[in-house]
Amino acid sequence: MKVTLFIPCFIDACFPRAGISMVEILEQLGHSIDYPEELTCCGQPAFNSGCWAEARDVAERVVDRLVDADAVVVASGSCGAMLHNFYPELFAGTEREQAAKTLASKTSEFSDFLVSKLGVTNLGARFPAKVTFHDGCHGLRELGIKDQPRALLAEVEGLELVEMEDAETCCGFGGTFAAKFPMISTAMGDRKCGNAGDTEAEFIVSNDSSCLMHIQGLLDRQGQSLKTIHLAEILASR
Amino acid sequence: MSERENILQRVREALRDPAPIPGSHHGESTGFPVSEAEAAPTISQWLPEVSESEAERFELFEKNSMDLRTDFRLLDSEEEVLEQLAGLAKTENWQKVAIHEGALTDRFRDKLNLPLLVTDGGYEATDLEQCDVGITECDALVAQTGSVLVTARSAGGRALSVLPPHHVVLVRRDQLLPDMPAAFTLLEQRYAPNYPSFISFITGPSRTGDIERILVLGAHGPKKLTVFCW
Amino acid sequence: MIAPSTQFKQDAIRITGDDQRLNLIHTGMKKYEASRGVRQSAFKDWQSARQTAAEIKWDAINHLDTHLVEFADKLEANGAKVHWASNAQQARDIIMGIVRDKGARSIVKSKVMTGEEIHLNQALEKEGYDVVESDLGEYIVQLRHEEPYHFVFPAMHLARGEISDLFERELGSAPTDNPEELTMIARRAIREKYITADIGISGANFGVAETGMISITENEGNARLTCAMPNVHISLMGIEKVLPKLRDLAIFLPMLATAGSGQALTGYNSMYRGPRAEGESDGPEEFHVVLLDNRRTELLADPEQRDALHCIRCGACLNVCPIYRNIGGHAYGTTYQGPIGSVITPHLRGLQDWKHLSGASSLCGACTQTCPVKINLHEHLLQNRRNASSEKPVWWEKIAFKLAGFAMNRPALFQLGLKVAHLAQPLHGLVKGSVLDPARAWTKTRELPEVAGESFRDYWKKRS
Repeated sequence: MKVTLFIPCFIDACFPRAGISMVEILEQLGHSIDYPEELTCCGQPAFNSGCWAEARDVAERVVDRLVDADAVVVASGSCGAMLHNFYPELFAGTEREQAAKTLASKTSEFSDFLVSKLGVTNLGARFPAKVTFHDGCHGLRELGIKDQPRALLAEVEGLELVEMEDAETCCGFGGTFAAKFPMISTAMGDRKCGNAGDTEAEFIVSNDSSCLMHIQGLLDRQGQSLKTIHLAEILASR
Repeated sequence: MSERENILQRVREALRDPAPIPGSHHGESTGFPVSEAEAAPTISQWLPEVSESEAERFELFEKNSMDLRTDFRLLDSEEEVLEQLAGLAKTENWQKVAIHEGALTDRFRDKLNLPLLVTDGGYEATDLEQCDVGITECDALVAQTGSVLVTARSAGGRALSVLPPHHVVLVRRDQLLPDMPAAFTLLEQRYAPNYPSFISFITGPSRTGDIERILVLGAHGPKKLTVFCW
Repeated sequence: MIAPSTQFKQDAIRITGDDQRLNLIHTGMKKYEASRGVRQSAFKDWQSARQTAAEIKWDAINHLDTHLVEFADKLEANGAKVHWASNAQQARDIIMGIVRDKGARSIVKSKVMTGEEIHLNQALEKEGYDVVESDLGEYIVQLRHEEPYHFVFPAMHLARGEISDLFERELGSAPTDNPEELTMIARRAIREKYITADIGISGANFGVAETGMISITENEGNARLTCAMPNVHISLMGIEKVLPKLRDLAIFLPMLATAGSGQALTGYNSMYRGPRAEGESDGPEEFHVVLLDNRRTELLADPEQRDALHCIRCGACLNVCPIYRNIGGHAYGTTYQGPIGSVITPHLRGLQDWKHLSGASSLCGACTQTCPVKINLHEHLLQNRRNASSEKPVWWEKIAFKLAGFAMNRPALFQLGLKVAHLAQPLHGLVKGSVLDPARAWTKTRELPEVAGESFRDYWKKRS
């Protein structure tokens, strides 16, 4: 299958390893990768800030480029939710209304794509460490992703998954929210870090790099040894 | 134009554009809103499980009573009820009993040998406040929730079952209903369209969790709820 | 006067630093979570129950005119008097009129959120009436001259020691750290009020159009006493509370209890259709129902957010909200706190003044997931942001997103930006976290991620 990979801006810029791992995994499974280099952002920051016209300026290109793809895989639950759930709202009543719906129907988040679409859980990965999983809200509630990453982690050799308390509670990132209301965002993140720390895991794993960026930022400032890592990087580990 | 008309006018104008049916969030809609008529028979299928067997329904009511701290006593005869009622009167040192007239209450009223306040036809609030117990009948028990269904007509008014510190209910076994939909069906069959001015589902003794979410019984209403069923 | 958004930020900073308060809230919510979980899983099919409840509410709200007329006409046929109030002032005037007309002195109230909305207590007290809140939590916040902290758990922010101090100061009781003793102190203090009050004021959780009834849900029995003892009963309710049929309560009462407080059914669910009827032993001589609009029709006129009027005020969205859990109830500055408050307050009190509440959300969606009547809460927050922005654009935000969009749509420019950022990053250390730091909102508490030397795009180019 030809898989069109949507790599959001922050993965491109700050967490390329997550994207590279996805390429490796999908190719190993025998799929060919189409990476639309002209796309960088899904438009979510503007959309979440209420600037829907500005969001459309960016999102239009995404819709136009991806609408004819066979399958679109998004490297982040949050951007996946944007394409899958919010584009149809953003483009409702515009000429791209139908295209947005079409795109939504063929868009999946990475772990969901592996488990639900390809029916794969064992990727032959090896990652000997104790980890805990953080459910990104958009993946969890907008896309219904809960069991898929756990099914994948269960097959990783040497890996021990310990669930943290309130794994489903928001880490406090929330896009522009993190900068507009840093005190609330930080308080939420501190709880998340505390709950993760209580599991005595070495890594916080997630399928959303944006949550991990916020969590890692807090951990680094507090000088904690706990590390964050994207699910795909674990799945590509040998 | 009256304020009633003003408001209704605004409501009608506001409703000119239709709103989407709930659950259509990201395409998971069932398509049509169910009418209440359609919903009524199905509601029981979604609420918590209640067995078909009568014995198990009594077990459920008993289990719910334990959780709620209702003192539920399932007895075999009227004599047993009288015996235990007299026992309660003695251990709690009842000085005055508030009660109403009724097919069940009448059988016990005079056998208690205690001063009575009968609420039918009116009473002084301060007198009722001084009673140690309010004894009432009820319309039904609800197994699903452990509730006692009362009305102003079945239970001697509004205050008898809530002002005294102890509420005692007298009820026959055949008054046990399975669930909430059945309770509303009973109300409809028994009273519509001329409902009593007051209907209440009493579920356990009065309670509060307003201080640190810690359960305390007897916030304003009865600290004790005893149900005699035979 | 300080702007609501400024006040909100100041309060948020204060509360997020108050560990003692936050722990109290957290512990309370954890207890809620546990019992709610048990009760919800007892349902044979909670999701279908939600869908039915949502659809019944949809019918109720989308035919509100018909249901309201039936409700009011039935009530009047039952001997009640129905009043209509377009706004807070009218509602206060109506209630004040009844109180004056009866020559009343003393008033006992059970929990009335619409009363908080129209500042009824202040109005009555200003006229010299003795008003006492009878719900324990409401009584506590009334003694503290505070607003309720949570519209279901009004005093959840207080530790028993604080309540003991309050009672000692206001009621002269002996100090105790026993919640039961504290409850009994309040019980004794309020008990005589039920008997001596001339007027009882209640709210209503539901109205029933079919039979002309109001339904009140409570645990303590204070509402039952309020509606039984005084000679006049006034119920103040929002126009959106009407349900079509009596039997609709068979699903709403268990769902309200489950979602609201993790109970199978709340202690007392009572329906009132009129004053004391012939042949009944007690009850008020007069029963007044005051129907309040107060800009609910403005929300009704927005089909996109009309479902916010489905709300049964269970408070579940507050309980699960990580924002509420970290800033508490008073920071909102609204009658209705939490997600539902953030959604409806802009409609009830002005979008520009209250849009910050819709911004103060990570859009995690826990509220939408928990709502027993399926209100699309987190999406309404997004819509409020959109509406606020198109009504009155924030110029710097617009420009920022225009510029960002410009760059994002030109990958070469975006890549150039990344290279510059990568090279400049070591210099950021010089100003990091200081007032000169453009990223201070982030870096005050967090490290920035490093811009990779080789981006994903670089990797892809190299490969092919």
